[in-house]
Amino acid sequence: MEQVLEFISVNKEMFYLVALMIFLGIELIEKVPSVLHTPLMSGANAIHGVVIIGAIIILGEATDTVSKILGFIAVVLGTLNVVGGFVVTDRMLDMFKKKKKQN
Amino acid sequence: MSHYILDIIYIIGALSFIFGIKLLGKPESAKRGNFIAAIGMTISIIGTIFLFNSGSAETIVHLQNVPLIFTAILIGTIIGTIMAKRVQMTQMPQMVSFFNGMGGACAALISLVEYHHVSTLPVVDGIPAMETGKAIVIYLGLIIGSISFAGSMLAYLKLDEKIKDKVLPFQQVINVGLMAVILGIAACSIFGWFVIPNALYLLLAISLMYGVLFVMPIGGADMPVVISLLNSFTGVAAAFGGFLYDNKVMLFGGILVGSAGTLLTVLMCKAMNRSLLNVLIGNFGGGANKGEARAITGNIKEITKTDAASLMKYSKKVVIVPGYGLAVAQAQHICHELEQQLEANDVEVKYAIHPVAGRMPGHMNVLLAESNVAYEKLMEMDEINPEFKTTDVVLVVGANDVVNPAAKNDPASPIYGMPILNVEEAATVIVMKRSMKAGYAGIENELFYNDKTRMLFGDAKKSLTELVAELKNV
Repeated sequence: MEQVLEFISVNKEMFYLVALMIFLGIELIEKVPSVLHTPLMSGANAIHGVVIIGAIIILGEATDTVSKILGFIAVVLGTLNVVGGFVVTDRMLDMFKKKKKQN
Repeated sequence: MSHYILDIIYIIGALSFIFGIKLLGKPESAKRGNFIAAIGMTISIIGTIFLFNSGSAETIVHLQNVPLIFTAILIGTIIGTIMAKRVQMTQMPQMVSFFNGMGGACAALISLVEYHHVSTLPVVDGIPAMETGKAIVIYLGLIIGSISFAGSMLAYLKLDEKIKDKVLPFQQVINVGLMAVILGIAACSIFGWFVIPNALYLLLAISLMYGVLFVMPIGGADMPVVISLLNSFTGVAAAFGGFLYDNKVMLFGGILVGSAGTLLTVLMCKAMNRSLLNVLIGNFGGGANKGEARAITGNIKEITKTDAASLMKYSKKVVIVPGYGLAVAQAQHICHELEQQLEANDVEVKYAIHPVAGRMPGHMNVLLAESNVAYEKLMEMDEINPEFKTTDVVLVVGANDVVNPAAKNDPASPIYGMPILNVEEAATVIVMKRSMKAGYAGIENELFYNDKTRMLFGDAKKSLTELVAELKNV
């Protein structure tokens, strides 16, 4: 138990950040019209692809073959999440834009 | 020096995510928001590759294997772009689910490799490298990442209709039991109470299984809620990665998506007037309540296309209620043509969009926008409901559950309480449907037996095409 408390104490800035980010996330989404729920979900989906940075660090520090292979797969999957997520979101939003020009 | 630059890049990256999500919340700035977040992501990735320092301030150690990293990114970019560009707009929800699963798998792999890395480090001054804090982060990252991966892949397969809903006996008991086992093994390993051989792999296997069992019983109509929930799970898994590397941009992005995703999930549940708990254990569409729902008796009345066409042509106001059937039949373009044809005859045409029309909130708007339907013709439920009284003809195209009066007057119905479009208040309702088959929620619709209702059976695209042709003739 003490170790857990120590972990929180050592990383207290992170915990402050987490608390603030939770509120910020809620605040940002609260007044979004339901029309945009799908693109928003998709955009948020792309943003959590930031996990790829961890994968890059893993692969960049890997010395043995197993770590290299797993790290390589992780980077590929992370990239899929990021690139696929942003491109799909962009395509969805294109639909809204095209129609705007017509008006 | 280079280390400071990376910190600044990460600050910019984190801010770009906040602005990105903020701008994504407004129709006029959404595209810019997505672009800004993508730029922030790109510079964070490139900065990490070239500037990340795994040594200390004095001895700078840059990342190795840079060619490998670029090869992996190149492969991911090519596959991701092709998949994202090729996917049909109707299949958007499963695509989002698929990409979400990739992120979850990525988080789980990070935990796996990092565990091996940390656990093989030597013990210094009697303190093992695997401190409790780090262990918590690694284990939780693995658990949440695997659940998110397995759950998302199953959601993807279910939406693609490759796998049907299935409820095991004692499903909820099994799920709760599995969760307890996962937490038990994780706690034992983290605090060293009890040595379980290969605990990490055991956790990986059970978490994957849990992900599958968690999504398996949830009905198709509730899938968007689940995808949104799994989306926030992956966000949390990414945030654990942020803890692991003391990396603020990962923490920011992860937590932001985690909290925004959770709220989005709750908002979606609200649109269907159900609680999240109810979605997760309610087995919506699983047939739990089917037997109790009121039996519907009466006759259905069909209408010919010629009659339907002339009825609409001599109306003042027609409201089109599009559903997923319209999307499946790829009939959104011909639907727009019908609208133009009617307007040429001085008929006022509007679209009534239920919040969960299609497969996700806003999905129908995207599909109709794709076929150039004007934005101001798309009416949200609260705006259009008072207008049905003054509407001559309502044309329901491939929608079912969102116009089912059982939601208002049959407490035994599984969709009881969901706000619906009050189409039966209009003078005439024409329902276009492939057959009398029940909707996605698997329940009967008494609207079809209403005196005002006329059924027009057939494929939505074919029927609409013929209606347009008839309109030109009459």
